[in-house]
Amino acid sequence: MTSVPVGRSWTTGIVREIERPTDQLVKIRFEVADRTPHRPGQHYVVRLRAPDDYTAQRSYSIASDPDDPLVEIMVEVLPRGEVSPFLHEIAEVGDEFELRGPIGRWFVWNDDVPSICIGGGSGVVPFVSMMRYAQRTGIDPRLRVIASAQTRERLPYVDELESYGALVALTRENHHDRVAAHIYPDEVKALAFGAQRAYVCGSVGFVSFAGRILGDAGISDENVRVEQFGPSA
Amino acid sequence: MGVTRGFTGRERKGADERLPPGQYDTGSSWPVLTAELAPHIDLTTWELAIGGLVEQPTNWTWDELRALPASSYNGDIHCVTTWSKFDTHFGGVSLDTLLEVARPKPEATHIVATATTGYTTNLPIDDVLDGKSWIVWEFDGKPLAQEHGGPVRMLVPHLYFWKSTKWITRIDFLDHDEPGFWERNGYHDRGDPWLEQRYQGDA
Ligand SMILES: Cc1cc2nc3c(=O)[nH]c(=O)nc-3n(C[C@H](O)[C@H](O)[C@H](O)COP(=O)(O)OP(=O)(O)OC[C@H]3O[C@@H](n4cnc5c(N)ncnc54)[C@H](O)[C@@H]3O)c2cc1C
Repeated sequence: MTSVPVGRSWTTGIVREIERPTDQLVKIRFEVADRTPHRPGQHYVVRLRAPDDYTAQRSYSIASDPDDPLVEIMVEVLPRGEVSPFLHEIAEVGDEFELRGPIGRWFVWNDDVPSICIGGGSGVVPFVSMMRYAQRTGIDPRLRVIASAQTRERLPYVDELESYGALVALTRENHHDRVAAHIYPDEVKALAFGAQRAYVCGSVGFVSFAGRILGDAGISDENVRVEQFGPSA
Repeated sequence: MGVTRGFTGRERKGADERLPPGQYDTGSSWPVLTAELAPHIDLTTWELAIGGLVEQPTNWTWDELRALPASSYNGDIHCVTTWSKFDTHFGGVSLDTLLEVARPKPEATHIVATATTGYTTNLPIDDVLDGKSWIVWEFDGKPLAQEHGGPVRMLVPHLYFWKSTKWITRIDFLDHDEPGFWERNGYHDRGDPWLEQRYQGDA
């Protein structure tokens, strides 16, 4: 296989910056001890430890470019969740977390394979890392991004996605001259033209929807790489 | 490493002794995680091949499999993404039944299970023989849903669930260990939830 590096042991991340762009999103930038360089698309595991040694761990895609001195994650708060509300409500600059990563060697894009990415909601996060990397290295024409969410407010990195040139497909509000709708086949066809690979990230329902429209756009299943978040319906 | 400031964890009703370290009870939900799109499988042409180091390479059709003595699993399952699901009921056939025909050779030490999608995972044979693994098509008395590997998947409930290959289509016996899809991508070669064998490098 490829030589994509994987972090083999737990390390420490110190929160250096934290931002709450909306009531539902928290962006955390960590300084990571003994950091293993990542490839865009990989994720970290964050582990929280209670006084009685109970632990909870969750995976978070890396949003930052590998060149960024800090590792950035963007977390969407799930109601009644255990870890995401903690990160949104309690985490502060200076806190230390147990981290493990980078993890994943499959859902990575760091080469010149022309690709199309389709993300739903917080599923856009790994694509932000890919976009930042692609822009820095000047290979951005090879990476096309479609980002879908109910509303602008629910879409992490919406400004950055727009300035990259991503197609922003909002389902519950009109966006510039695009009428509120799910991603429709013609939108995908235009962007999938020439793509040899597709990456899809989001909820289970979103992933199967995106898989179908990619199929209609001529991308065969074996060229689709998937990352799913969250509980099933 | 020390305690996370301000973190107490979700309210716990005493430590459930059925919960391996680092896992939580997902209750009635059943999360889905795959690396590929869920394939549509046609049972009229589907086959399960058992090959590699066996005396009798065999191909089972769906009807042949259904004609074998049924076997079920009632118990817990554990996913590396930290959920566990208690008291599940799966119906299918014990892998032992299929291996009575195929008869693994003495030099076989490991298997690689393969899905129609190309997904693979490796297991030591000690983890699949003697009532430890199944080929299943029923969950809670109903046909196994496509997103959970239906119509047919493997079930190795004492290991993390990525070892329970969805949409299984072949099992090969080998005389060595050969990392599969997630194992090459950083996950553990064995995956015992009680030992927290999540990633390569874990004990
Ligand atoms: C590879 C990977 C990458 C990921 N990347 C990201 C990312 O970039 N950004 C991101 O936001 N997420 C990401 N996730 C999802 C993330 O790992 C968590 O699943 C998410 O943050 C929810 O965790 P939680 O602890 O807040 O919720 P959990 O406590 O896990 O709960 C999940 C949901 O189940 C319900 N629930 C669970 N237990 C109970 C209970 N006892 N009672 C009632 N309801 C319950 C809650 O309502 C909640 O909505 C990623 C997941 C994977 C696998």
